[in-house]
Amino acid sequence: MKVKLKVWRQKNAGTPGGFQIYETPDLNPNMSFLEMMDVVNEALTLRGETPIAFDHDCREGICGTCSLVINGKPHGPHRAVATCQTYMRSFKDGDEIVVEPFRAKGFPLIKDLVVDRSAFERIQQAGGFISVRTGAAPDANAVLVPKDKAEAAMDAAQCIGCGACVAVCKNASASLFVAAKVSHLNLLPQGQPEKERRVLAMVKQMDEEGFGACTVTGACEAVCPKEISLSFIAKMNHDYGLAMLKGK
Amino acid sequence: MKLLSNLFTSTLGRKYIMAGSGAVLGLFVVGHLIGNLQIFLPPAAINRYAHFLQSLGEVLWGIRLFMLTTIGLHIWAAISLTLENRAARPERYGSGYAPYAASLASRTMLISGLGVAAFLIYHLLHFTVRLEDINGTAILIRQLKDPVTGYPDCYAMMVAGFSVVPVSLFYLVGVGLLCFHLSHGIQAMFQSLGLRNPAYAPLITKAAKGIALVLFLGYAAIPTSVFVFGHGKAYLQEVINAAPPAAAVAAAGKDLVK
Amino acid sequence: MAVLNSNIPSGPLAQKWEKHKFEGRLINPANKRKYKIIVVGAGLAGSSAAATLAELGFDVHNFVFHDSPRRAHSVAAQGGINAAKNYQNDGDSVYRLFYDTIKGGDFRAREANVYRLAEVSVNIIDQCVAQGVPFAREYGGLLDNRSFGGAQVSRTFYARGQTGQQLLLGAYAALCKMIAEGGVKSHTHAEMLDLVVVDGHAKGIIVRNLRTGQITRHNADAVVLATGGYGNVFDLSTYARGSNATAIWRAYKRGACFANPCFTQIHPTCIPVTGDYQSKLTLMSESLRNDGRIWVPKKKEDCRKNPADIPEADRDYYLERMYGAFGNLAPRDIASRAAKYVCDEGRGIGETGRGVYLDFADAIQRLGEAKIRERYGNLFSMYHEITDENAYQTPMRIYPAVHYTMGGLWVDYNLMSNLPGLFVLGEANFSDHGANRLGASALMQGLADGYFVLPGTISNYLATQKPERRPGLDHASFQEAEQSVRGRIQRLLNCRGQRTPANFHKALGKIMWEHCGMARNRAGLEKGIEAIRSLREEYGRNVLVPGEEHDFNQALEHAGRLADYLELAELMCRDAQHREESCGGHFREEYQYTPDDPEVQQGLVNPGDVKRRDDQFAFVAAWEYAGEDQAPTLNKEPLVYEEVQMSTRSYK
Repeated sequence: MKVKLKVWRQKNAGTPGGFQIYETPDLNPNMSFLEMMDVVNEALTLRGETPIAFDHDCREGICGTCSLVINGKPHGPHRAVATCQTYMRSFKDGDEIVVEPFRAKGFPLIKDLVVDRSAFERIQQAGGFISVRTGAAPDANAVLVPKDKAEAAMDAAQCIGCGACVAVCKNASASLFVAAKVSHLNLLPQGQPEKERRVLAMVKQMDEEGFGACTVTGACEAVCPKEISLSFIAKMNHDYGLAMLKGK
Repeated sequence: MKLLSNLFTSTLGRKYIMAGSGAVLGLFVVGHLIGNLQIFLPPAAINRYAHFLQSLGEVLWGIRLFMLTTIGLHIWAAISLTLENRAARPERYGSGYAPYAASLASRTMLISGLGVAAFLIYHLLHFTVRLEDINGTAILIRQLKDPVTGYPDCYAMMVAGFSVVPVSLFYLVGVGLLCFHLSHGIQAMFQSLGLRNPAYAPLITKAAKGIALVLFLGYAAIPTSVFVFGHGKAYLQEVINAAPPAAAVAAAGKDLVK
Repeated sequence: MAVLNSNIPSGPLAQKWEKHKFEGRLINPANKRKYKIIVVGAGLAGSSAAATLAELGFDVHNFVFHDSPRRAHSVAAQGGINAAKNYQNDGDSVYRLFYDTIKGGDFRAREANVYRLAEVSVNIIDQCVAQGVPFAREYGGLLDNRSFGGAQVSRTFYARGQTGQQLLLGAYAALCKMIAEGGVKSHTHAEMLDLVVVDGHAKGIIVRNLRTGQITRHNADAVVLATGGYGNVFDLSTYARGSNATAIWRAYKRGACFANPCFTQIHPTCIPVTGDYQSKLTLMSESLRNDGRIWVPKKKEDCRKNPADIPEADRDYYLERMYGAFGNLAPRDIASRAAKYVCDEGRGIGETGRGVYLDFADAIQRLGEAKIRERYGNLFSMYHEITDENAYQTPMRIYPAVHYTMGGLWVDYNLMSNLPGLFVLGEANFSDHGANRLGASALMQGLADGYFVLPGTISNYLATQKPERRPGLDHASFQEAEQSVRGRIQRLLNCRGQRTPANFHKALGKIMWEHCGMARNRAGLEKGIEAIRSLREEYGRNVLVPGEEHDFNQALEHAGRLADYLELAELMCRDAQHREESCGGHFREEYQYTPDDPEVQQGLVNPGDVKRRDDQFAFVAAWEYAGEDQAPTLNKEPLVYEEVQMSTRSYK
C-alpha cells in the first residue's frame, strides 16, 4: 500500500510553518504508523531533504512521548492506543493522511511535529507527590488500602502524560491530565495529609501555564490512550471545591 | 480572602460560579414551568399565583435582583472563561478541527447561552415589563384585568401574547435553545461541582437529557396549545368584553377589541 | 591495568551491609549542600538516587535526554518487583531471594551485592507504598503478591501490567518534590556526550541540549550514571528507541572498566519480527507463562497449518517435556534457547518460521475466558493491536528478543567504578544479576541502588573530596572533553555519505543477532568482529547525517549513539569470545551438556543446557580501554563465594 502524507513542517517556533505533501514508498500494512514515518524519513534523507521531526521513544504505548494529530484526532483513529500502537492497516491504500502537531498555547512548538510539554512537569512539581523521605516509610502493610480505592487510584495513575487530552480539547484544557494526577494521590490514604494543598497548587499551576478550562465535552476521555475517565475531573473539582471553601 | 480570590480567578473557581449560578437558574426554570403550567387549570389559578407574586413587593424586587445577579455571574464566568479558552489555542488545526466525541450541545454552550440571553431579554420586556410595542398583539395586554378580582389577568395576557404566531415560534426557538443548553449544562454542573462519580455518571448524563426534554415539552406546550389549538381564546374574549372603555386603549394606538 | 578492589566488607554475609554503613564516613549536614552531584538518567535508579541525595542535603543536578524524567524506559516494565517480604507466608526470606538471584544468575554475580539487594528489597516496597504506588491489593486492603518468572514463592508485587510505570511515577514524584524544593536542578532534553576526568577522578560531564544543539560543561564532586542498558546494539529489541549506551561508553573510553559486556538477556515472550521495516519488538509480559502453554508442531510439515487443525498428539509442549518441574515457567534464558532450538529444527511457526505458540486454550477452558480477560486483558488487546489476531481464539505467536543487559560498567560494593567519583547504578552497572536476570528483579535493583545503596555509600568518597577545590569549567580537561565532543559531531555531519544511520543500525543489529545472540561460537564471533569492524569503517566514511549541529536534529542524535554501538558491539563479541564457557544468557555452543555428561544422566540437566566452567571462568571480566584501535585490557575480579556453593543450575 501507499499513502499520501500531508505533514506540518515548521523549522522552529520563530519561522512560519505549513503543510507539505509527501508520497510514501510502498508500505506493509503491518507497519506501525511511526515505522511508516521512519520509512518516509529514510527516503527524505536520501533525497537530501530534512527528515520530519517527531517525538517517539518506547513505541509500546507507555512512555507517552509520541504525539501527533492524525486526521484531526490525537493518536490516530483507534480508541485506547497511542500513535506508536497505530498500524497502517487502519488506513486504506491511496489515503491522504493529515499529520499535525499537538496545538495549544501551553505546548509551544519546537520543530515540525514536536512540541514542548514541559508545562506538565511544572504542574507535577507544584504538588504531584506525597512528601515522604526515603527511609521514613512505615511497613507497607501498615496502611490498609481498600481494593476498590487502590483500583480507582490505579485507573487514574495509568496516565502517561502524553498531552492528547490537551490536544483534542476545544479549549486546550489540561484538566484530564491534572485530574488524573490529583486523583491518583487524593484517592489513597497516603495522599490525604496533602490533599488540599495538592489540588490547589496543581490547579493554580495549570492555570498559569495557559491551558483552557474544562467545558465537559468529554473529547479528552475519548482520545486518552489509557481511557482515563472524565469522572476524575469531577473528583478534582470536588477536592478543589472543598479546599477552596475551607479557605486554604 | 483566599476563598474569593480562588473563586473568582482560578478556572475551577469560575466553573463553580458558573455551575452554582446555573443550578439556581435551572431550579428557577423548573419552578417557572410549574407555575406557568397552571395555564392548563382554570384561569383563577394562575391569576391568583401571579397576584401572589406581585403582592410580594420589595421581596419580589429582592428576588429579581438576586436572579439578575445570578444571570450576570453566569454570563461573566462564561465569557471570561471562553476568552481564555480561545486564547489557549492560538493556532487552529489545519485538518479542520474534528470535534471528536464531543456532543454538539457541549461545543456550542456559548452560542446557545447567548441565544437564551437574547430570548430572556425579549421575554422580560414582553411579559414582565410588558412593553406593548414588541408584543405584536392587536390589543394592549396591560389592560387585561381579571373580571372577577380586577387584578391584572395573567392568563389572558399569556393567551393574547401567544396568539401572535411569530412570537410563539420565537418562544419555541428560545425554550428550545434553553433546553439544548440545559441538556449539557445540567451534567456539566454536576461535573463542575464535583458531584459526578463513576457510579452515577451514566445516570446523570441520561437524566440531564431527560430533564431538558421534559422542560422543553412543558414549555413548548403553552404557546403551542394557544396558537395551534386555540387554548384560552374564549376566556380572553370574555376578558376583553368585560374591559374598560375603548378610549383609554386607543390612546396607546391599539384597539382592545378587534 | 586498572585496580579492581571490590571493597566488600568483611564479616558474615548477613551483617556486611550494616557493618559497612556503620564504618562508612559521614558528612556534616551543614556541609552537604556544598557538594555537587551530577546524576545522569532518571529511570528508577536515577530518579530515586537524585531525589534521595537531595533529601540528604546534597546539591543534585539531574540530566535526561528525554523531555521529561518520567519517560525513562523503566516505565515499560510490566510484570512486577520482587521483595522478600514473605507476606504470603510461603517460605520466602531474604536469604531465599538472595539465593534465587545468585542461582538464577548462574553464579556469576557478586555474592555480597546480591545479598544486600535482597536485604533492602523489603524497604523498597515500604517506600513505594508510602509514595502512593497503587500496588494490587487483596479485599482486606493488604498487598497482593504473585509468583513470577519461575519463582517457587509469591514475592512479586505488581500494579496491573504496569508496575514499572507506577514505580517510576513514584520515583518521579519524589524527584518532583525535590525539584520543587530546589534540591535538584532538572535538565531535560540534555544528553551526556562525555565524561570529564580530572586527575583520575570523574569531575564533570559534557552535555548537548537536544533542542538547540548547544554544548555545555558541568562540573561536580561526583558523577552518577544511571543510564540503563545497551541492548539497542541489536537494533531490534524491547528497549525504547532512545535508550542508548553513550554515557557508559564514554565513561569506558575515559577509563571506567566495562564488565561482562556479553551478558545479554533474551526474553522468551516477545511478538515475532514481521519485516525489515520493523523498529521495535514488543514484549508480552512473562506473567502470560503462568497460564499459557508453549508449543510447536511435532512435524515440520504442520508448521504452516492453522494451529487449530493440529491435533493434541502432534503438538510438542517442549518446555513441559524438557523442564518438568518448571515447565512453561523455566527461567528466561532457558525458555529462549529452547525456542531457538525448536525453530532451528524447522518446527518454528509463522511467516518467518521464527516463532512458537503460547496457547491459552487450556486455561480458558479451565478458568473461563472472563478470568483470563481479567488477568491479561490489556496484554491480549495489545497483542491484537499489533498482530490483528485474537489470542482468545488462536494461540499467540511469540519469539525471544533482546530485553536486558546484565553486563555494564564495573562497580565495587559502594557502586563506584574503578574511576574514583564515578558511580554507576541500575542496569548500567554489572553487579547483581550475573549471567541471567530473574523476572521482576530489574525494578528491585534499580530502586535498591537509588534509594538505599548509593545514599549509604557515596559519602565514603565525598568525604575524601573538598568541594571548594572542585575543578572549574575552564579546566583543561573540560576544554579537551568539549573539543572531543564537537569533533565527533562535526565528523558525523561532514561525512555526507550515502547510507543513513538507520540503515547502518539495521546492519549492525543483524550481525549481532546472528553472531552474538542466543547462541555463540568461536568462529561466528570472529566473523562478527570482522563484520563489525568493516561496518564501522564504512560508517566513518559513508554515513549520511542530514541537518545542522545547532538545531533539533534527531538524525544526529541517532548517529552519535550508533557510533558508540559500533564500538561497543565489538567489545561484546570479544567478551563472548573470551568467555569460553556457557552461563546464563551467554551460550557458547562449544560448552553445553551432552548425553554423556553425568549431570544429564543423573537427570539434573538436559542435553544442550549451558555448561559452566567454574574452574576457569568464575570471575568478572572487566575490560579496560587501551586506546583507539588497541585491544582492550582484560582485568579479572575473581568471584569468591563465602556463603553459597556454586552448583549446577538445575530447573528440572
